[in-house]
Amino acid sequence: MRHAVLERWARGSSPFHRCDSRAKIVALLVFLIALATANRGLPLFACGLLVLLVAALLWARVPVWGALVRAGVVLPFSAVFAAVSWLAGDPARGASLSMKSYLSALAVLLVISTTPLPVLLRGLGAMGVPHFLLDVGQFLYRYFFVISEEAQCMNQAAAARGATVRQWTPGGQRFRASAGALAVLFARSYARAEDIHRAMLARGYRGRFLLLDAARFRRADVLFTAVASLAPLALRIAVERALP
Amino acid sequence: MHIPDGFLSTPVWATLDVAAAPAVVYLTRRAQRSLDENQVPLLGVLGAFVFAAQMINFPVGPGTTGHLVGGALLAFTLGPAPASVVMAAILAIQALVFQDGGILALGANITNMAVMGVLAGYLPFHIWGATKWRRFSLFAGGALSVLVSACLALAELLISGVRMPPSVLSVSLALFTVSAILEGLITLAVMQALERIQPRTVHQPQPSKSPVLAAVALTAVLLATVGVLFAAGGPDGIEKLLKLQPASLHSTFLSQASAGILGLLLIYGACLVIGRVARHRSL
Amino acid sequence: MNPLIEVRGLHYRYEDGTVALNGVDFRLEPGESVALLGPNGSGKTTFALHLNGLLRGEGDIQVCGLAVEKQNLPAIRRKLGIVFQDSDSQLFMPTVVEDVAFGLLNLGMDSASALVKARAALETVGMTGAEGKAPYHLSAGEKKRVAIAGILAMEPEILVLDEPTTFLDPPGHRSLAELLAQLPQPKILITHDSRLAAALCNRAVFFDRGQVAGEGPVDMIVARFGWDLAWERSKLRF
Repeated sequence: MRHAVLERWARGSSPFHRCDSRAKIVALLVFLIALATANRGLPLFACGLLVLLVAALLWARVPVWGALVRAGVVLPFSAVFAAVSWLAGDPARGASLSMKSYLSALAVLLVISTTPLPVLLRGLGAMGVPHFLLDVGQFLYRYFFVISEEAQCMNQAAAARGATVRQWTPGGQRFRASAGALAVLFARSYARAEDIHRAMLARGYRGRFLLLDAARFRRADVLFTAVASLAPLALRIAVERALP
Repeated sequence: MHIPDGFLSTPVWATLDVAAAPAVVYLTRRAQRSLDENQVPLLGVLGAFVFAAQMINFPVGPGTTGHLVGGALLAFTLGPAPASVVMAAILAIQALVFQDGGILALGANITNMAVMGVLAGYLPFHIWGATKWRRFSLFAGGALSVLVSACLALAELLISGVRMPPSVLSVSLALFTVSAILEGLITLAVMQALERIQPRTVHQPQPSKSPVLAAVALTAVLLATVGVLFAAGGPDGIEKLLKLQPASLHSTFLSQASAGILGLLLIYGACLVIGRVARHRSL
Repeated sequence: MNPLIEVRGLHYRYEDGTVALNGVDFRLEPGESVALLGPNGSGKTTFALHLNGLLRGEGDIQVCGLAVEKQNLPAIRRKLGIVFQDSDSQLFMPTVVEDVAFGLLNLGMDSASALVKARAALETVGMTGAEGKAPYHLSAGEKKRVAIAGILAMEPEILVLDEPTTFLDPPGHRSLAELLAQLPQPKILITHDSRLAAALCNRAVFFDRGQVAGEGPVDMIVARFGWDLAWERSKLRF
């Protein structure tokens, strides 16, 4: 599964992995904004950014080809809009959509495959995002796989009893069976949440999650933030200067 | 509909990021206050449920399946503010881990699906949930949450100048309508099943709150959605008619569009404020 | 000597009115381990949840000399640790070490000391090296060990284990039994496994429909209520 691969990559060790997540978040935002606001000389700029990202992937010892392919998850969506744009007589916009969405996805992929999600969420918390929201996100991620497995089991059990998608009527028996399955899954999830809460209380939870270690922003992180942020900006200035 | 990065124009994504941030902070605080202690695990696990529920297939037509989106269902069981928080968390995780939806576009996606979609989904239930129209309100809530989110997304894309000839537009709207109806049906069916197996998980709408206020808010949300869609779609047509230079029309257009979106958000903000004032005065 | 746990006349009803516990008396003497046996739904887990105040019923409960009341709960929850049946619901933190340290940080310990104690607990259960792993990637047996480590880190005086061998395969079963045998704390073991109960516990209490139907040496209770898992093929009727 996709996320399993990304998780494995995120557990690697490279200088990139060791950078503070806040540094990576800042650099990512600068990259995305530089890309999103670019219009002149976009193809050239996009190529330059691609080179930058590939270099970063190499430095992070993340499989480059794997990353390039996985970032393509956004392409089907963009392809449709690109095709429509092209047919409507605006091929430039179509190309722009595709390039920008792909490179943005690749940049995010770079960050998520070098930073475990809980660490990333913690970095966001240190930057001012409400902790409650991040804690919900953390739990969401933790239990997504558990509940997905339960959902799959229910799907398989239903399929084993001959339920296939043959009946067309929404409101029909098959439909109501699926709704019933969802309701059961909901009830089980609700009950699980109560179990988790009891387990939390049993070990002294008083309403706040306390951190085991507070990440410190080192000089290396400052350097990284500076370089990683300036690179796309410098590239863009260079490209726009080079244009007639 | 998760909008990736690179589709929205800068005024659009920037405005929505700026607007969504305080909305999320506000909703997070409200959510914390409104539930009992076990909020974090409850919201997190139910968010995981919504994610996972998308795997359960519902027959839609010969050989095709649809799935639950979940905003309205969350609103009916947790209340609107917690539901918004869960949806926002889901969208953030989807953007980060699955690159489903952009990062700069998170403000737009959160506004569409976590804020406006949840609100539009909850309002019919708020107005009619305690009356004999309950079943209809469950269906309407599900349908509206998807319809409003999708229309807002479409509007934002149009305003950003993404090309959409009338044929594509009508196909999109048709697809949205089908998805909306499906969501309504699934939401209704799941809620009915839930009420049979575990009734206490359903959030009870307080009948004492002013239904007039809620009806006003609902109308505002719908008008705003339709209005923005019109404003977005309109100039595209005008452009074709007058065959003007896209660039020149674009600039005034962008400012109009930004104004349109700001207007939408102002309406929403006004409703929130009115709602709070009304509550303090027990209207 | 005073008993470690003393329960008198415990009654509890669920929200829908069903009676879960109908007047339960219980004692845990220092140094002894007790098995709670009985059919599913007989109230064993419900009873255990009252011991550290997660559920509140009517009756008197004293744990380590403290009445189970709001102001004593933090202390009681430190002294009495519960290992729940579903490890996934107990390991809710993103990584193993964070989960084991969870209780310690809540007790007010600083990060450095918490980390040291967490590592020591992981070593006790044989899970050193799994520190940075996500719970999702662990097997059922490994998760159970980490859950136990999370409780051991808090240095409890009493251990309550709710059906710890559920989901375990035979080797996992065996190594868990060995681990539990090494832990010095008095235990309350909720289990369907009569041999585990006999190996680890001095006595058994049999629950049935919310009441104590009998108590005594494990073998005697198992025989009396037919709680043995060993069948002979010839005796099974097809």
